[in-house]
Amino acid sequence: MAASDIITTTSRGQARERTAEYLVGRHRFRPAEALPWLIAIAVFFIFPERMTFGSQVLVMAMFALSLDLILGYAGIVTLGHAAFFGVGAYTVGLAAARLQWAEPISGLFAAAITAGLVGFITGWFLLRYRGLTLLMLTLATAIMLQETGNLRSDISGGYDGLPGLAFKPLLGIFDYDLYGRAYYLYVLAVLAVVFYFVRRIVYSPFGQALTGIRENVRRMHAIGSPVHRRLVTVYTIAAAIAGVAGALFTQTNAYVTLTVFDFDNSAKVMVMLILGGTGRLYGAFIGATVYMVLEDYFSKLSPTFWQFGIGLVLVLAVLFARRGVLGLFESVGKYVAERKRS
Amino acid sequence: MPQVANIAVSILFDGLAYAMFLFITSVGLSVTMGLMGFVNLAHGAFAMAGGYVVVTLTRSFGVEFIPSLVVASVVVGAVSVVFERWLYRRLYKSTDLEQVLLTIGLAFMAIATATYFYGPIPKSVPLPGWLQGDVNLGFRYFPSYRAFLIVLGTALIAVLWYVFERTNIGAKIRAAVDNRRMAESVGINVDRLFTLTFAIGSGLAALGGGLAIQLFGLSPSFAVLYLVLFLIVVAVGGLGSLKGTLLAALVLGVFDTAGKYLLADAGGFFVYAVTVAVLLIKPAGFYGRE
Repeated sequence: MAASDIITTTSRGQARERTAEYLVGRHRFRPAEALPWLIAIAVFFIFPERMTFGSQVLVMAMFALSLDLILGYAGIVTLGHAAFFGVGAYTVGLAAARLQWAEPISGLFAAAITAGLVGFITGWFLLRYRGLTLLMLTLATAIMLQETGNLRSDISGGYDGLPGLAFKPLLGIFDYDLYGRAYYLYVLAVLAVVFYFVRRIVYSPFGQALTGIRENVRRMHAIGSPVHRRLVTVYTIAAAIAGVAGALFTQTNAYVTLTVFDFDNSAKVMVMLILGGTGRLYGAFIGATVYMVLEDYFSKLSPTFWQFGIGLVLVLAVLFARRGVLGLFESVGKYVAERKRS
Repeated sequence: MPQVANIAVSILFDGLAYAMFLFITSVGLSVTMGLMGFVNLAHGAFAMAGGYVVVTLTRSFGVEFIPSLVVASVVVGAVSVVFERWLYRRLYKSTDLEQVLLTIGLAFMAIATATYFYGPIPKSVPLPGWLQGDVNLGFRYFPSYRAFLIVLGTALIAVLWYVFERTNIGAKIRAAVDNRRMAESVGINVDRLFTLTFAIGSGLAALGGGLAIQLFGLSPSFAVLYLVLFLIVVAVGGLGSLKGTLLAALVLGVFDTAGKYLLADAGGFFVYAVTVAVLLIKPAGFYGRE
């Protein structure tokens, strides 16, 4: 909606109608949104031998998407998001290794429920805090879960993890093939479902309330929004999605170790999201893809060089491109459009 | 001496030595965070840099351990000013998230640089004779190095306490932590004050890094591995509070040591459990302002 529209609209009813139209129009699917999905399907045909890596990229994209929900939309800064990824990963891992529950799809639901539960309980306590206190509490939660796993290494397998997990064929038909092709499509399908769900949330009134909390929490309190309940709700949802991502991680790799709870894992997903751009859904996809492909390429050359590079990229991103790759595109697009007009 | 008392004394002694290391390394972080509210995840990198300066001086140039500690803190303190003026000050008004990202980026770069020059294998440092072996304190023997840590830590606490509570510059720092705007409006140059405290804090971190080599060994991952502990000490103690940082270092140092002595399997669990308990009850830490 351009500025001139507002000025010419005189009657109040008309203005309200236009606003409603604008809000509805915002969450209509745009043709460009098909692009990442078409690319993901194209990759399936172009790189058939790299499907295991492809699945990992998709898993990280889902993980980053769940972080985007709380970080990008609700403005909760956490250093312990790996906690939920780990809970999901260990839910299916332990179910398969100890309970012989190896059916993949029902495993995802179990992972979502346990991770969501952990998210609900920790979120209920932690989301009353902000700033450094919240950072430390989320970080401590993830490490405590890791230490608990280490303490009961007779069940969890400790830092050696649970290797060689065998999952049942997908839907009883598609077995785990050498290049993980069936799993790639499986992960892509789950990602599509999760994405649709997240997209609905973000454009719903609930999503608008979250953005309000991010932008000005005092004002949201003042207009009577139940801030804590909203935050706990979105934290639980994000935890459940991170749990599903973790479950898919275990299923595609057929192993899991306690390193999934590492601080590195929490930091990595945050870096991905920041690189792609927060609070814009597809930022998670771009960030995860760019990060994983670069990591795959550079860490083969030299892991040290890669670590230095990612550090440098972060510093430069904070100084010059605070809204990530997508933000950069937007700025360039705006600049070009302005040049055309003048 | 009975077995139980013996173990209790060992825990207290080791815990105290550990607490001194935590205090020396974290106190600068606490004051700078209290002053500017800046989340500095690269603090561990300064400590690591200090450690590597000590390693280089002692191993390659044959400098004694104690003089190299002094040189390391001065060098790192001076270098940190460059970072503060160049990078940090641009982000004082930014969000937590942006500060976290910038400083974690710096930490990654520091780790990579250290790996490139020193390799990933942990380094040790040659100690002078009087710091090796045990020292007799009348009723039993204690490791000399830890006794030295406790003496040095106590001396530093005394000096810092004096500077903080009894000098003009200390009064200015306390005023600026309490209310930055008010301090500025009565003519305190908070910007310059911050640069100064940042340099001293980083210098102390470097000293802590040098002291830590003998305790844990020094590898590039030090920058992130122990950072979590420093941040926890700061959060539990309360931002910008000397007293709080000391109390937090003592509590966490002793609890961590006790946990490792009594329940080796549980590892770091105790520290985090204590942290969560304290922060849930007092979100701003022991002596922080709510």
